[in-house]
Formats: sequence, structure tokens, C-alpha cells
Amino acid sequence: EKQITVPFTKDIDTHNLPVSLPTEATTNREELMSYFKLMYTMRRMEITCDTEYKDSWITSYRCHCTALARGGTVESVFAELFGFKEGVSRGKGGSMHMYNKEHSFFGGQGIVGAQVPVGTGLAFASKYSAPAGEDTPVALAMYGDGAANQGQIWEAANMASLWKLPMIYCIENNQYGMGTSKERSSSNSTYYTMGNHIPGFKLDGMNVLMIREGFAFAKDWCSKGNGPIYIEVDTYRYHGHSMSDPGTTYRNRDEIASMRTARDPIEFVKNLLVDNGLAEAQELKDIEKDIRKEVQEALKKAKGGTQPPDEELYSNIWVAGEKYETPVTPGYIRMPDRSKSIGNIMSDVVV
Amino acid sequence: IEVAVREAINQGLDEEMGRDERVFLMGEEVAQYQGAYKVTKGLYQKYGEQRVIDTPITEMGFTGLATGAAYKDLRPVVEFMTFNFSLQAIDQILNSAAKQLYMSAGDCPVPVVFRGPNGAASGVGAQHSQCFAAWYSSVPALKVVSPWSSEDAKGLIKSAIRDPNPVVFLENELLYGVAFPMTDEAQGEDFVIPIGKAKVEQEGTDVSIVTFSKMVGTSLEAAEMLAAQGISAEVINLRTLRPLDYGTVIKSVQKTNRLVTVEEGWPQNGIGADISAVVCEEAFDHLDAPIERVTGADVPMPYALNLERMALPSKEDIVSAVLRTTYRSK
Repeated sequence: EKQITVPFTKDIDTHNLPVSLPTEATTNREELMSYFKLMYTMRRMEITCDTEYKDSWITSYRCHCTALARGGTVESVFAELFGFKEGVSRGKGGSMHMYNKEHSFFGGQGIVGAQVPVGTGLAFASKYSAPAGEDTPVALAMYGDGAANQGQIWEAANMASLWKLPMIYCIENNQYGMGTSKERSSSNSTYYTMGNHIPGFKLDGMNVLMIREGFAFAKDWCSKGNGPIYIEVDTYRYHGHSMSDPGTTYRNRDEIASMRTARDPIEFVKNLLVDNGLAEAQELKDIEKDIRKEVQEALKKAKGGTQPPDEELYSNIWVAGEKYETPVTPGYIRMPDRSKSIGNIMSDVVV
Repeated sequence: IEVAVREAINQGLDEEMGRDERVFLMGEEVAQYQGAYKVTKGLYQKYGEQRVIDTPITEMGFTGLATGAAYKDLRPVVEFMTFNFSLQAIDQILNSAAKQLYMSAGDCPVPVVFRGPNGAASGVGAQHSQCFAAWYSSVPALKVVSPWSSEDAKGLIKSAIRDPNPVVFLENELLYGVAFPMTDEAQGEDFVIPIGKAKVEQEGTDVSIVTFSKMVGTSLEAAEMLAAQGISAEVINLRTLRPLDYGTVIKSVQKTNRLVTVEEGWPQNGIGADISAVVCEEAFDHLDAPIERVTGADVPMPYALNLERMALPSKEDIVSAVLRTTYRSK
């Protein structure tokens, strides 16, 4: 298959990193098409969520696309937003709380910055369990520029560096923490240097190939016992922070429009495909049309879901068993109306 | 044979680390210094730096880190030098550890233990001397345990470590050096005490004294004083604060018809407040007198010895509450 080499228009900025990073990436039609399809699906899904939110649902946190990339389906993401039992978390997590432990996806954390120490614990467990001498699986914690000044991030990074944990700290710098621009929130807004002595680099988050090369390097670097790394991903958020934010009060429409024309990540992939003769423009349009239709169908199917049965309210409080195989319900769960409480207050609650 | 609470917890930790390689200890000064209160003595030497880990003084960071390690099936035991410092990390305990199983609809259990001394210490002032039993036990999906004796401590720490759910384990600094008798069985490796079950430490017929941790000892002393006055007190050691064994408390009240709760913590929204409410709801008709709560004074902990003594429940306070509820005094 035809391979193309794409030079990066700008070198990757680095911090305390004694090696140089790739200046170009090689790719082909199959790979670019898979990026295009996934990215376009994510965008359609997110735009669709956005529309649906306006009707009834909750505030957003950014785990939808990870849930999709880590084994979820568009339908199961939608269903979770609707609070249906077909949802990723059976309707018990909501927009901010999707998981797939089997695929090593540990969630949407709702508390800004809290995922970073927890993510560092995933790296700790990787190292603890890895056979000596072998490459260690890495852990990745993603957080925004708005979270980047949380003290607990440095607490975690300090331990990751002390103990050489295979940990990637990824700051998705979309320029605004909710409505506060990075200039108003961060005395140091070159986020990839925030690890102090910990090496870091900055990637163009709108260039999927640079992201791939950068993360491949980081994975290799961290899994070989070099300790943690900081990656800043320079990106942008077209829409508001959440359903309560129109996204236009703290920035102007021109800024958003210029991002769309100059830096759109999906347009970038489409142009690569077309300009290198790897695909016809019409073919991509057809794919977009199909994906839009698929997302709409997934939405329709998700809307046909069912609410969780009442028992879900008091399931998954505790588990038992070496393999967590036995669900445990407390002997007594008090309900708003005491007479409707679950179980018997006199019962043994021992497990 | 008598064993101090400190050694009993140490025994439990040692046995569980020997039993399961996934169990590791982390916290401030737990390894090379052997524990600020020497609870982890000898474990670093025995299990090495991979499994007994000194952390920087960054509670939120290492509590989150341990929680993440538990997401990936390790069995961390986190020592807070005292539970006062757990406030730095309470978000991670509540939001990242306690709620994870539920939010993930069962996908992601969190087998972690948070342990350390809780409650009033001695002469350390307001920031280092308070009880968090009511705080943590108000949270669904946590388990909260608070041992009194050496047998309690050993049997419950082993259960806590084996439990695949997040457990907050509230010890007491002033009990660490106190020796209690331990049976041969309790010294064995198979000895565990079930979480969620209270123990009737002393049977009685006239009044139920419900308490936990260090106040069990104080309540037993009060019961002795009461016995001299012809009052037979039943003393219940709760052992676990969530899930709380309301059944044992209610049965006792049905027998004695009088209830006194005892705790070091503050009165408003305390353990006694909760038990009083539940007993009123479930066993009101069995009460022959108003419930009495003996609690810590509703003030921050003072430093001066005389004031500190006034701020904490004494056996005399318990006796006096019992005399009121048995109508022997006003």
C-alpha cells in the first residue's frame, strides 16, 4: 500500500528531554481512514449529545470519546446520558462516569484534577505487577489547562518521578478552564514544563500524526523505566464547557471560526487523504454522510432504551469474593420514606 | 497472654502481607522509620521497599495513588499518620474510592484500606485531636471500622484487608500501648472478626451503653462503678460504624429499656445522634426514659490539660448519664 511521509510544520517543543523527537510521520490510506472515521464519529456523537442535552440531561465531562475508543459504542454512550440501563454504566454513572475496566479504562472522574493521583496509582500498579526487566505498561492521566494548577497533580508527579513510575501526564490545553482563559489562570502556561525537572513536550493536538508519534515516543520512554513525562496537547474547544455555557461570552466568534478554518483536526486528515491521492473528496463525503446516519440511528436506538429497574438503586454498593464475584447489598438501606426502606434493620449485615 | 493493640495490628498486617502479595503498605514514615507510632515495625525489613513504602507528606496525592492502584486489583493499606491529615485527602476517599463501584455499575471495585489513629490524642491541641467516625460513617459504600481491644484490632484489620471494598479503619493512639488478653485462637493466622457485627462486651439488664474504640474501656469502668450502686449496665462495643449493627443495639434496648451512647466526637450529627434517632424510630415503645448522649464537648480541642480533660467524656460523665436515665438522679 502507498505510504506517505508527512513532515510536521513545526518542531515539537521539549523540556528537559535529552533526545530529539520525530519531525515527520509516515502513514497510509488505511490508517488515515480509520482516524478520519473515528474522529468524525466522535465529533458527530458529541454534537448530537450536545443537542440532546439541551432538552433534559446533565452537565458534561469529557469521557465520552474515551469510552467510545475503549470498547464502548455510540449507542451505549447515548444511553448512559439518558440514564438507561443499556448505558455504559447502566445508567448509574451518567455523562461524567463511564468505565471499561476490561479495556483498562478507569473512568470519567467528576472532580477536576482528582484523576491525576488516581492515574498515577494505575502506573504504580503496572510497575508493581510487571515482571522485573520487562517493559512496563504505562498509565495515562488526561486533564485540562483548567486542572493543571491543582496541587494534587504535583503531589502525584513528585511520587511518579521519585519512584520512576510509567506515567504520562497529558494536559489537554484547550485554552480555557470553563470560562477562564489560561492567561488568567496560570502563571506558567507552558504546561509541558510544569513538571519542573520532569521532561515534557508539546504537541499540536489538531495533528493526529504528531499525536501518534509523540505518544509512541512517550510510551516507549516511560515503559523503559525513565519515569514520568508531561505532554501538553495544544487544542481547542469549539463548543461551550457544558450545557450551561454558550461558549461565547469569554471569547469571540471570530476566534472560534478561525480555529475551524485553520486548524480543524478532521479537515487536516481529509486534506492529507485527498492531496496525496489516497481518497476522493466524494468518497469522504459519502463516509461522513454514513457516519452521520449511523450516529442518528444509534441515538434513535438509545432513545428506545429502558430505565434501570428499581433494584439498581441499591445494587453495586459492595462486592465480596476474591474475584469480586458476589454482589453484596447492605442488610438495611434507608429510603426517604422509612417505611419503604430496603431490608431489615435487625438483620445481620455481615459479609 | 497479653498483647498490646500496636502489636496486634502489626501481627494482622504481617499475616495479610504474607498471605497475599498484592497487599502493600504506604504512608508517611511507615518504612524506614517503622511508623510514627511503630505500628508497622519490622515490616519494611521483612517485605522490602517494594511493599512497604515511605511517601512524601502529600496526603491527597498518595491517597489518590493508592486508590488507583486498587482500581488495578492491588490491595493497598494506606496509613495516615493521624486521621486529622486524612482531611487533605477526603475527596479521594469519598469521590474516587467509595463511589467508584457504584458509579461504574460494578465494573471497578476498590479494595483499599485507610488506617491510622483517630480520635482524641493527648496534649496536641485542636488540629491533632478529633474523631472522624461520624464523618466517614455517613458515607454510603464505605465501610468504617473502629476497634477497641487487641483482638478487635487484629481480627478487624485482617477482615478489612481481605475485604474488596474501601475500608476506613479508625485506630486510637492512646490504645496502641494498652495490653489486652488474647486467646490462642486470636493469635492464629486464621483469626478474623466479621465487619458489621457489634460485640456485647458485658451483659446487663438496666441500661444499654453503646460505644466504640477507647470509650469502650471507659464505659466498662463506668459499668463497674454502676454495679457498685446496684445498676446492671450492658456495654456494647460497636466495632463497625458502617454497616452499623443496629440490630444488636435495638435488641439490647428492648431488654434494658434505657440507652446511653458514648463517643469522643462532637454531639451534633454524631454517632450517638444517629443511634438515638434510629432507636426512637424502631424501639420508641421500649424506652422507659429519654436517651442520653455522652459526647465530646462541642468545642475545638483545647491544649491545656485541665481543659482537655473537661472536653472529653469521663467515666463519671457516663455514670451521671446512666443515673439520669435510670431516674436515680436529675
